Amino acid sequence: MAQRIDVKDLDIYYSDFLAVQGVSMLIEPKSVTAFIGPSGCGKSTFLRTLNRMHEVIPGARVDGTVEMEGVDLYGADVDPVAVRRQVGMVFQRPNPFPTMSIRENVLAGVKLNNKRISKSAADELVESSLHGANLWNEVKDRLDRPGSGLSGGQQQRLCIARAIAVKPQVLLMDEPCSALDPISTLAIEDLVAELKDEYTIVIVTHNMQQAARVSDRTAFFNIAGTGKPGRLVEMDDTATMFSSPSQQATEDYISGRFG
Amino acid sequence: MTSTASTAPDPTPPGGPVADEPRPSRGTGARRRAGVGDRGANRAFRWTATGAGALILAVLAAVALFLVIRAWPALTAGGAELGETISWFPEDASILSFVGPLIFGTLLAAALALLLATPVAIGIALFISHYAPRRLASGLGYVVDLLAAIPSVVYGLWGSLVLPPVVIPVWGWLADTFGWFPLFAGPASPTGRVLLTVGLVLAVMILPIITAVSREVFLQTPGLHEEAALALGATRWEMIRTAVLPFGRSGVISAAMLGLGRALGETMAVLMILSPGLLYSFKILQAGQQQTIAANIAANFPEANPMGVSTLIATGLALFVITLLVNMAARAIVARRKDFSGAN
Repeated sequence: MAQRIDVKDLDIYYSDFLAVQGVSMLIEPKSVTAFIGPSGCGKSTFLRTLNRMHEVIPGARVDGTVEMEGVDLYGADVDPVAVRRQVGMVFQRPNPFPTMSIRENVLAGVKLNNKRISKSAADELVESSLHGANLWNEVKDRLDRPGSGLSGGQQQRLCIARAIAVKPQVLLMDEPCSALDPISTLAIEDLVAELKDEYTIVIVTHNMQQAARVSDRTAFFNIAGTGKPGRLVEMDDTATMFSSPSQQATEDYISGRFG
Repeated sequence: MTSTASTAPDPTPPGGPVADEPRPSRGTGARRRAGVGDRGANRAFRWTATGAGALILAVLAAVALFLVIRAWPALTAGGAELGETISWFPEDASILSFVGPLIFGTLLAAALALLLATPVAIGIALFISHYAPRRLASGLGYVVDLLAAIPSVVYGLWGSLVLPPVVIPVWGWLADTFGWFPLFAGPASPTGRVLLTVGLVLAVMILPIITAVSREVFLQTPGLHEEAALALGATRWEMIRTAVLPFGRSGVISAAMLGLGRALGETMAVLMILSPGLLYSFKILQAGQQQTIAANIAANFPEANPMGVSTLIATGLALFVITLLVNMAARAIVARRKDFSGAN
């Protein structure tokens, strides 16, 4: 189910503006990889290239390759829609569909991928996905209520349930806890630790403690100055990154000297 | 878990607390002087807003009152008396049996227009908001808005002079092919001055308002929801179906009701195109079947005696009530799924 992602020499552009330059990295399957770095360094932009979501912005494009199990996601015959079905995403702010009930939200992706699904199969999938997102016990009595009536943390877990309901191979999380309170954050972090048994998880975070808590490997992005492209400074095992990074900039950032 | 979830909507209406919030008790002189300018402006604004709100109610009440008072003689007179005093009043009819077919014709014409216009308007609005390149979109939006600026008498001329030769063969084909369907019962009128032509012209007339409102609503779809759909692997159309259309649903209904309001009251175009009749008839391809309230008023008003005017005003009262009911129905539809509107 989970797959390795191999990024080679990726440049990301918004029209003519080079936003991120020369990123090469290997993302291991069934592990949590965290991206850290100061605001504007391109880590979210880079994350969005892993499921081609950056293309939603007009003028955005990339040079280089992103290979998943040997297949280049940017190959000429690869449909971005198909890529996104393999690589799920959770956003910074919880975004359940407001017009749908909790149940419909969980099934939203499945109904796109596979139009017909029997009611019993759907029930099962809703339950297993919500269990997977540690939300089942809180919502099982109100599956037909609107998803937007939940608290922020619950909404975010609903979005995770929606993402894993389509059984992706990779789950991208773009600062999933930045709009949540500490207890909801903890719930999401616990969930991430459980989900990595099945999925390859990539998480962008501003919170270095969070990166240290949840991730196996950490990548540090930095930017030389305004208008300059963001770069991958280094990537290593999280323990190594937080104890003895090889780059001075990483150490400065982690020890709170800037950022 | 931190379940601060509240499914109940905020009970405080927007602007509600404003009315009684900044009203500090009459304290010391110094405190009063400090806030006096602010409070004066606040109070002035509150009364202006309240006044504007009251004015619209007053106007509505005045219109209703005018209609009832002026319609009263016709409403209380018997059918025989109306038949004697009014030259165009049908024999052996009462005021109810006179106004009934008019109401029917009005609703049928407006429904046809809405049926024809709404899908096209939603299509145009979606194209402008989600498919067209930006430069084409703004140009197209402008052109659609221009349609609204054309006076209805011009639509009437177009509908009575230009349109018939074009639609007559089509209507004939409809009657020949789908004549078994009551709406399309033949033979189609050779003049083309039938209710379907009216519906077509009305549809063009209400297209801009429905398109403009729908487009604005679609453009307001939160980017987060669109991205949520796309990230699940939705195609453009699936994204529109999961995120844009549900979000815009109540807005589109409001837009359609605005259009319906215009179609119900449209006078000139109907008057110039339709060959009228006073029947409860679904035959929209035959001439001399239906008439609308507004067109009937315009047609008969110039030669109406006092009792005739009163009768026409009674039909106007019926139109007023219909419009009110239509709007209430639209509100009810919108309110029914309020929890799911995303407003909470």
